[in-house]
Amino acid sequence: MNNKDLLNLIDITVSFEGFLALNKLNLNLKKGELRAVIGPNGAGKTTFLDVITGKVKPNNGEVIFKGKSLVGRKEHKIARLGVGRKFQSPRIFENLTVKENLEISVTTPKSPLNLISKSIKDEQLNEIDRLMKIVNLAQKVDSKAGSLSHGQKQWLEIAMLVGQKPDLMLVDEPVAGLTDEETDLTADLLKSLSGENTVVVIDHDMEFIRRLDSNVSVLNQGTVLCEGTMETIQKDKKVIDVYLGRPED
Amino acid sequence: MSLSKIKFDKKIVLSFWIILIALTIAAPTILPVFRLNLLGRYLSLSIVALGVDLIWGYTGLLSLGQGIFFALGGYCAAMYLQITSSSEFPNNIPEFFALYGVEKLPFFWEPFRSPIFTFFAIWIIPALVAGLIGFLVFRNRIKGVYFSILTQASLLVFFNFFNGQQKLINGTNGLKTDVTQIFGQMVGSESMQRIFFWITAILVIAAWFFAKWVVKGRFGNILIGIRDDEPRIRFTGYNPVIFKTIIFSIAGGLAGISGALYTVQSGIVSPQFMTVPFSIEMVIWVAVGGRGTLLGAILGAVFINYAKSLVSEALPASWMFIQGGLFILVVTALPEGVLGWIQGDGPRNLLQRFGLKRKIETYPSLEVNNKEGNNE
Repeated sequence: MNNKDLLNLIDITVSFEGFLALNKLNLNLKKGELRAVIGPNGAGKTTFLDVITGKVKPNNGEVIFKGKSLVGRKEHKIARLGVGRKFQSPRIFENLTVKENLEISVTTPKSPLNLISKSIKDEQLNEIDRLMKIVNLAQKVDSKAGSLSHGQKQWLEIAMLVGQKPDLMLVDEPVAGLTDEETDLTADLLKSLSGENTVVVIDHDMEFIRRLDSNVSVLNQGTVLCEGTMETIQKDKKVIDVYLGRPED
Repeated sequence: MSLSKIKFDKKIVLSFWIILIALTIAAPTILPVFRLNLLGRYLSLSIVALGVDLIWGYTGLLSLGQGIFFALGGYCAAMYLQITSSSEFPNNIPEFFALYGVEKLPFFWEPFRSPIFTFFAIWIIPALVAGLIGFLVFRNRIKGVYFSILTQASLLVFFNFFNGQQKLINGTNGLKTDVTQIFGQMVGSESMQRIFFWITAILVIAAWFFAKWVVKGRFGNILIGIRDDEPRIRFTGYNPVIFKTIIFSIAGGLAGISGALYTVQSGIVSPQFMTVPFSIEMVIWVAVGGRGTLLGAILGAVFINYAKSLVSEALPASWMFIQGGLFILVVTALPEGVLGWIQGDGPRNLLQRFGLKRKIETYPSLEVNNKEGNNE
């Protein structure tokens, strides 16, 4: 742990009725880092995000973000501190238009009084325009988000995440169900976001992870099995055993 | 798609306005006082229905306890009228107190000697009670069917409490208003009832504008967001508890205004306003009219109640079956309610079914865009 770290997870343990979803998980993230997290099903990848965002309270351990403990804080407070999350299946507001979805994310302060008494600021409108261009949704501004294709929904949610201007972006399976081309574009987008932002990407798709060209943490049975570049982990014996699989005997 | 929809919506809204204004202006002259009074009552019910639409249609909170706030507003208005008209009774307090040997006005009724206080109390007290109940419930993340059960349980608590308080509010008997006086006139008199009708009609329109203002723009979008995916709203940095408390409190305030207007036009407020079926009926009006349309809530409340009185006159005791049938019909065939069905693709689908309209061969958006292109 040092000052450059944005996030430290220290000995996080989460148990669901006896089942250890996370078992003494330790993980540190530097500012501006892009980190991929992989692991077999049930390794605790999503629980790991749930702990950071406040959805699940760990039975044990500490989450330190920008020097503050996140454990016990409410979800919206954690979000306001600068933790943004994209969900596994796209979770956008289908009954609202693309623009309204983005308005929800870029609006600050997020208080009822501000929302009802003031109209949206010009700089926020510009930000929405910028985001819509980045994710190629400029023609769909006034379409209901529910009418978008799956890929467009994924991108809209990523745009919403970026619009929130979080210091830490947690991205859960951003390329599930996307075409190869869209996958590549998403990888480039995430790479361009890191540096200024700290990005954690969870995914199964090895090609996608490789393209991210980042450090990779491998989770297994609720704990970090191995960390390093893609080359290192692909050679790691433990990783091969539990995740990548040996050539069949 | 959106263009033609907006035009269509505007037509509906415009025709609604013309009909409403024409009816409101014509009603006091063409309707006998008895009918006018009924219409006034049903219009006042449409204000509580607007509140139900705000919390249920927009925010997804199905409250079965709006009767609490409705009755609170009614009691505030009725007690003010009773107190101001009590000068000839013993101790200068409302007559019923003497029956139970009460000689002094209970302290919490003291401020109700003031018309200004009462004017504010009618909506602020129900709004505060709703805000308090709402905050406690929402803070504990009680939602869905548990929220509905809890509101119904609260309703029963209030109902039983009010029934038992003879010395404070005349218990089961309630408070009569028709023989009280305001501005030197009997509240139940024809001229006063006409005035109340006007006030109600104006307040329905005001409440409708207010509700529209609440749901338009970003605040309303957050309400819809809470309805559709509350955790997502949390993770975006909004606190849904505050938003839900505010909207529940607004619905409570609207219910209070509605209850006060209903009370002065029906001549009495009693714990009967807090029976379980009545609060469920409020939900039915909105479901039938159309959830999340606001206008549907108003139309639902007025038309269902008018139908109720007409049917009950013709075929006593059959109304409950018709109302039940109506509810089942809406749930199964028109889940968006009548207005939601009209605003959606309902009429087009119906015409297609009878072969009166060509089927859509491409995506709806393409089809409509082409048409617009041709028109231009």
